[in-house]
Amino acid sequence: MSVPALPAALRVSRLRKTYKEVVAIDGLELEVRPGECFGLLGPNGAGKTTTIEICEGLTSADSGEVEVLGLDWSRHAGELRERLGIQLQETQLTEKLTVWETVRLFRSFFRQGPPAAEVIALVQLVEKRDARVGNLSGGQRQRLALACALVGDPHLLFLDEPTTGLDPQARRQVWDLIERFRRAGRTILLTTHYMDEAERLCDRVAIMDRGRMIAQGTPRELIASIGVEHLVEFSAAHGAVVDTRLLESLEGVHAVRSENGTVCLQVTELHRAVPALLDELGRQGVPLTELRTHSPTLEDVFVALTGRRLRDE
Amino acid sequence: MSEAGMKGRRTPADNPLVQLTLVRFREFVREPEALFWVFVFPILLAAGLGLAFRNRPAEVLPVGALTPQLTHALATEKGLSVEQLSEPAAEQALRTGKVTLVVAPSPGGTVIYRFDDTNPEGRTARLLADDAIQRSAGRADPVASLDRLMREPGSRYIDFLIPGLLGMNLMGSAMWGIGFAIVDARRKKLMKRLVATPMPRAYYLLSFLLSRLVLLVVEVAAVAGFGYLVFGVPLRGSLASLAALCLLGSLSFSALGLLIASRVRTIEAASGLMNVTMMPMWIVSGVFFSSQRFPDALQPAIRALPLTALIDALRTNMLQGGSLVRVAPQMGILGVWLVVCFALALKLFRWR
Repeated sequence: MSVPALPAALRVSRLRKTYKEVVAIDGLELEVRPGECFGLLGPNGAGKTTTIEICEGLTSADSGEVEVLGLDWSRHAGELRERLGIQLQETQLTEKLTVWETVRLFRSFFRQGPPAAEVIALVQLVEKRDARVGNLSGGQRQRLALACALVGDPHLLFLDEPTTGLDPQARRQVWDLIERFRRAGRTILLTTHYMDEAERLCDRVAIMDRGRMIAQGTPRELIASIGVEHLVEFSAAHGAVVDTRLLESLEGVHAVRSENGTVCLQVTELHRAVPALLDELGRQGVPLTELRTHSPTLEDVFVALTGRRLRDE
Repeated sequence: MSEAGMKGRRTPADNPLVQLTLVRFREFVREPEALFWVFVFPILLAAGLGLAFRNRPAEVLPVGALTPQLTHALATEKGLSVEQLSEPAAEQALRTGKVTLVVAPSPGGTVIYRFDDTNPEGRTARLLADDAIQRSAGRADPVASLDRLMREPGSRYIDFLIPGLLGMNLMGSAMWGIGFAIVDARRKKLMKRLVATPMPRAYYLLSFLLSRLVLLVVEVAAVAGFGYLVFGVPLRGSLASLAALCLLGSLSFSALGLLIASRVRTIEAASGLMNVTMMPMWIVSGVFFSSQRFPDALQPAIRALPLTALIDALRTNMLQGGSLVRVAPQMGILGVWLVVCFALALKLFRWR
């Protein structure tokens, strides 16, 4: 799996962590290669934050091994803290300080790194330099948190749900920044429960559910792994009854699921399946109110693997 | 933009301890309420209490008399202002507190004093009135006496009060300043974020102490200076000893604040613990009245409290000019609180 010439930026094996009786992580294996953006995906409570906090040296594991940049937390904590960039979920920076003062403070903790002004420019907060943190918008605060993660010129960046709770425009700004870090050759481990975020940003993703990894690969590989090229969704007019079993035997249709009046077909050959579907619905006398086709996403991968949907919050 | 912080060109301002301490000051001065409670409130309190308990010229007590002879006899006493009243008017005046004593004749030459013996003014008026009447009737005093009045600074209530307020203020600002900031940083996960950096953890705690030391100077100057300039409260001990006592007291209370904040996660819980700790000391440690008023059995416990020790030492220094040697026992008590609380706090402290 790993490229032999380059040691892994992060390697986790047989990781286990329980809180009282709840198993948060159950035998996790993970490897992040240098220079890649790796995504940990999963619903809330899947164990993403616990995993990332163990890798950040903030939480201790019950058992298992964690190797970060070839170093070990028990022996090289000081060195590791110099070389990691960390953004935690839900950190509230001091509201009374300005952007400049906050970045200066974090910069002072690191032996080396770019000047504070450079980092502020990088996250596009130059106009907000003298604004108090308490007066920043959600997106601006998140970019300030990223600045604080970047002041030590980190080799490895840990981003825990970097866009949760942001509006679409602020999300896109944060995505642009993360893409820029990746192009600059930084290794990134991020967690998210947004599948579109993972598809857009990550070279590889691991899907976690209930403390275990249930799939790993590039977004393309994972989507291909469910063996579906297209998804066709339709809704019938109110009161119309669709015989879904007859649909399963249509040409090119793999599977049929029905949920809340919407029927979803997993399809390999769209050009054959759609006409066949329309013929069949015509024969059954079902009037359509909606018909959509889309390529499968990581969301569909998660549904295929767990039978459940990922939900925001 | 000229920027310190390039590799190899670090200025003192790039030192994490300097930056952390600057954060403390910024947080403090950008919080108007904190400024009020630390600087303005104690001065208002001292001004208010100083006015309420100021030493007035010896009070003249109003009394009523029912006959011209008695009125005449009482008028010779400077401590009384006498008014001749009819029987019903005298009753009414006594009941409403317009006079504190009514002097009435009775058959057979006896004089009757009517007053409320639970009222100190009534008792004083009776003594003065009786003295005046006996003397005007020709009593000779077997022992000659003279009054010499003493109203010098150092023995007034305001002199007692200012060192008490100073001690109370040092306790409040040290405990709140440290406890609140630490619990708030923990609650907001800011502390967790900080320990994820290479920041030396000791610097984080040290920054609180350093900022405390600077604020301490301003705080002590505000309260003691106000007392000195406005009420003439003496500063008889050396200022260096006073500074040393304030420093030691502030450090002890900082350690106590640190201990209280060492594990708490919410502001509510911290406030509760702070109040439970400070409230008894406000009452028993002699801020507003002498701690000697409490039963003897409690005295050893009261003297072992850090606020009692600090206020006793401050009074000895400011009012009696006592040296540090004289307050060595109190300094010892503060030192024990400092060491024990700090050691426990370090052991219990939760960084996230």
